[in-house]
Amino acid sequence: MIKVEHLVKEFGEVKAVDDISFEVAAGEIFAFLGPNGAGKTTSIKMLTTLLKPTGGTITIDGLDPVVKPLEVRQRFGIVFQDPSLDQELTAFENMELHGVLYHVPRKIRRERIEMLLKLFELWDRRDSFVREFSGGMKRRLEIARGLLHTPKILFLDEPTLGLDPQSRKQLWTHVKYLNETEGVTVFLTTHYMDEAERVANRVAVIDHGKIVALGSPDELKKQTNSESLEEAFLALTGSSIRDEKADSAAQMREIAKMWSRK
Amino acid sequence: MNAIYILWLRSMKRYFRSRSQIIASLGQPMLYLLVLGFGLGPVFQKAGNGNYIQFVAPGVVGMSVLFTSIFSGIGLLWDRQFGFLKETLVAPVPRLMIIIGNILGGATVAIFQGIIVLAACLVFGFRPTNWLALPLAVIFMILTAIVFSGLGMAIGSVLQDMKGFQLVMNFLVMPIFFLSGALYPLEGLPTVLSVVTRIDPLSYGIDGLRGALIDSSHLGISLDIAVLSGFAIVFLIIGGWLFSKIEI
Repeated sequence: MIKVEHLVKEFGEVKAVDDISFEVAAGEIFAFLGPNGAGKTTSIKMLTTLLKPTGGTITIDGLDPVVKPLEVRQRFGIVFQDPSLDQELTAFENMELHGVLYHVPRKIRRERIEMLLKLFELWDRRDSFVREFSGGMKRRLEIARGLLHTPKILFLDEPTLGLDPQSRKQLWTHVKYLNETEGVTVFLTTHYMDEAERVANRVAVIDHGKIVALGSPDELKKQTNSESLEEAFLALTGSSIRDEKADSAAQMREIAKMWSRK
Repeated sequence: MNAIYILWLRSMKRYFRSRSQIIASLGQPMLYLLVLGFGLGPVFQKAGNGNYIQFVAPGVVGMSVLFTSIFSGIGLLWDRQFGFLKETLVAPVPRLMIIIGNILGGATVAIFQGIIVLAACLVFGFRPTNWLALPLAVIFMILTAIVFSGLGMAIGSVLQDMKGFQLVMNFLVMPIFFLSGALYPLEGLPTVLSVVTRIDPLSYGIDGLRGALIDSSHLGISLDIAVLSGFAIVFLIIGGWLFSKIEI
C-alpha cells in the first residue's frame, strides 16, 4: 500500500530525511517511531503531498504523490500533530466542512458526524465554538474529524498527544475496529511506546533521518535484548535528549510529560 | 463546486460572527470621509471642483473594498499560523477550487463592507447623481474585490509568516490606495504620476465607482470594466499557481 525507496528531504544544508526505504502492506498497522526531530513528521508530510521529496520515490496505492497528488489525497485521511481546526467555527461546522471537502455524501455525513462526536463525547458541545474548547477536546475533535471519511490509509501523527487515558483508549479501539472491519492501513507516529507495542504489527525506528531498525515489536525487543519496546527504542536511539523546534506539538509533549510525572 | 461553496460559507460565517471587526473596519474609511471631506471640502470647492464629499465618497468605498479584500487574501497567513491551511491542502480537492472558494469568500466580505461604507456615506451627506446606477457601482465593487482578493491570496501564498505583513502594507497596499485617485482627480496629473495611476488596478475600480455614483468617469466605464476583468483573471491565475506550490 505504501512503498518508500531511498527517500531524501533536504532543507538547505540540513538533511531531515536521509535515504530511507520501507514498505507498508495493505491492512497493516505500521508505527513510525523516533526521537524529537528525527524526521517522522517530515516523512509524513512527503507521504501526504504537503512536501516534495528532494530525492527518492514514494508510491501510495500504486500512485506517485508528486505526479498524482489529487488521486493520492483521495486515498488517505490524516490526523495532524499540530492543531488544524478552524477556531471560529463550531465543532459540528468543522466536521461538516471536512466532510464536504472529502466528498462524504450528505446523509452519511450527518450520521457519521453524530456517531463520531458521540464516540469522542463531544456531541453535547457540537454547537460550541472550537476556541472555547480545552486542549484535550480540540484533540478529540481533530481525531473525530480525521475518521469522518473512511480512507484506504490513515496517517496518525502523534494522535494521542495531550489526550487523557479514556480518550486514548477510545481512539485505539476505533482505529483497530476500522483496521479489522474495513481493512484501513494505518501509519502512525507516537511517543507512547506502550501504544505502539500494543497496536502496531510492525515498527520502524528513525533517528537523525535514517531508519535504524525495522520489524515487529517482538523482533525489535529480541534484536536489542530488551523487555519492552521502550527499552528497545532507547537502546536503538540512545538516551540523550534531542533538540527540536519548539512548535505547539513539542510544547504539548512537554506538558503531557509534566502531567505524567505528577 | 461543493468545496467552493463550503469555503465561501466559512468566510461568511467568520465575517458575520465578528461584529466588532465589522464596526472597527468602518473607522478608517469614515475618518477619511469626514476629516478629508469636511477638512479639504472648502479648498476643493474654491478650486472650482465642486463638493469634495461627493468626490471622495466613491474613493472611500473603493478603499474599503481594497483593504477588506486584500486582507481577506492575506488571511491565508492566519490559516497557515493556526494550522487550518493543512486541512485544505491535503483535501482531495483541486487547489484551484480551494483558492476560488477563498477568493469568492474574501470578495463577498469586501462587497458587504463596501456597501456598509456606502450606506454610511449616504448618512453623512453623499448623494448619488443617479440612484438607478447603484447596481453598476456594485458591479465595480465586485470586480475590485475579486482583483484584490486574488492579489491578497497570491501574497498570502508566498509569505511564510506575519513578519512580511508590514512590508506588504507599506510598499504595496498604501501605494495602491494613494496612487488610485481615490483622494484626488486623475485629470491634470504630472506625466509620471499619470502613468503610475494607469497601472494601478484600483484606479479603474474607483473611476468606475465615480462613473456609476456621480457620473464622473475619467477613463471610461467600458475601459474600467475591461481592465478590472483582465486584472481579475491575471491575479486568479497567479494566485492559483502560487497556492498550488505551497509546501508546509
